[in-house]
Amino acid sequence: MFGVRNVSVHFGEVPALDDVSFDVAPGTVSTVVGGDGAGKTTLLRVLAGRVVPERGTVSAPIGRDLGMLPASAGSWANLTVRQNLEFVASVFGLSRSQAVARSSELIELAGLQTAHDRLGSALSGGMRRKLGVIMALVGHPQLVLLDEPSTGVDPVSRVELWRLISRAAAEGAAVLTTTTYLDEAERATRFLALEAGRTLLSGDPAEAVRSAPGTFWVATHRGPGQAWRVGRSWHCWAATAPPGAEVIAADLHDVVVAAALRAKQDAA
Amino acid sequence: MNALLSTRSLRKSYGDLDAVRGVDLDVEAGEIVGLLGANGAGKTTFMRCALGILAPSGGTSLLFGRPPSRLGRARIGYVPQGRGLYPDLTPRENAQFSAAAYGIRTGATASASERALSVDSYPRRLVRELPLGLQRRLAFDIALAHGPLLLVLDEPTSGVGPLESAELWEVIGRQAAAGIGVLVTTHTMNEAVQCDRLAVMVDGLIAAEGTEADIIAGATVVTVEAADWQAAFDRLVQAGLLVSLAGRGVRVLGAAPEQVLTALDGLPAAIGTAPVTLDERMALLAQ
Repeated sequence: MFGVRNVSVHFGEVPALDDVSFDVAPGTVSTVVGGDGAGKTTLLRVLAGRVVPERGTVSAPIGRDLGMLPASAGSWANLTVRQNLEFVASVFGLSRSQAVARSSELIELAGLQTAHDRLGSALSGGMRRKLGVIMALVGHPQLVLLDEPSTGVDPVSRVELWRLISRAAAEGAAVLTTTTYLDEAERATRFLALEAGRTLLSGDPAEAVRSAPGTFWVATHRGPGQAWRVGRSWHCWAATAPPGAEVIAADLHDVVVAAALRAKQDAA
Repeated sequence: MNALLSTRSLRKSYGDLDAVRGVDLDVEAGEIVGLLGANGAGKTTFMRCALGILAPSGGTSLLFGRPPSRLGRARIGYVPQGRGLYPDLTPRENAQFSAAAYGIRTGATASASERALSVDSYPRRLVRELPLGLQRRLAFDIALAHGPLLLVLDEPTSGVGPLESAELWEVIGRQAAAGIGVLVTTHTMNEAVQCDRLAVMVDGLIAAEGTEADIIAGATVVTVEAADWQAAFDRLVQAGLLVSLAGRGVRVLGAAPEQVLTALDGLPAAIGTAPVTLDERMALLAQ
């Protein structure tokens, strides 16, 4: 089991992570969800050993047992798809023939066969993200850290990307992704919702929905209190619903937004 | 016909490449229309032709009931995905620059300066120093400052967290409630559920249109729950099926339950079906 326990990181005065704990189990995909500035990248960098926390403990492998896709780039623009992969393989100490074989295997897995000779700079956004993901997988790492693999990736490529990520978990890796999309957190084995470096919610997504406190209901107009727009109607939250309210079964989006609104209220 | 934007059989070709192959789309006042599609499906080319930024190869587009012109486009509020802000200017300077570009005289426009109030609520720092959520909000406020009738938004909440996204959609929804038409291009479920109507582009055509339920149209995935899910996953991959993980369950897209059973080859598993997600539906439409 990899992960962090009671980890805190500050950049100057700004708390980037505040007492965050999260486990990443082998053979699963876990997801950290949050917006810009939530602390997602910092958490990944802590696990990768690139940021040393002021407090808390970190459990993560090093060297080729750790694969990472950074939020930007992740591949070299002036190398081809194959050259990118073979370069990473040589850094990890694979022999020439192993590097060629592993690169071919990953190119096929990602469906990049027709693009294998294309320069990184000539790839579409979706292809470049897929290349970045398979580059993180070159060394058969035990822990795979993928920072926003699906940001800017279109829905069709996203389905393929999920297959690729799932495959790594099925082969036994502990995979940790970050995302701004709650629907991705919903399909993870475990998720961590961060807001300004603090844990809003974490655990099994279905369990987080089941055990959410209070009541959710739907309204046609925005009343006072905690409400957020969903299409033409409003979803609302309170400890108890007002009489006559149309109570609904919340989804993860509702539960996370309600938790964020509560946290905001507590802070004010 | 009082659609704010209305295209009929709109086409655009580049040599042999038919980027847009005959698109009919209307955006009415007070309506939020979501345009979905993979990269390269023709969304951007369609939008540019519809707004008259690019000359179409065929078909028609009417913007506020007339062929698109500079004058018509001045009644559009546009927020590109890159936000279109000047990072080395403050929020106020960005607002002033945009006002000047749209010919709004600062003294003579009460409604614009009312909205400028919200610009004054931003920190007096350079835009590059603001968090992304605040930058998105600013781009949106500036796009509204000249009183547009139609808002064109490109992935308006990309990169921001669930709460900021909810707050932005509240602002967008308020504009629609006030009668402004909104055309949103998006990639994400979170944004699609906020739209009144969705249009999915595939290969230059609208492949499906309507509510999320209309687009999903009863399509299902096969779900597989197995104690040894890794073995199940492996067998399904070996069979060449499109599989992905959801929790500890496996979802198989575009295959019949019998095919899945055959691929599992006797491995103990519970097979079921579930509605596809919008992403999965779009992957099916693109096949």
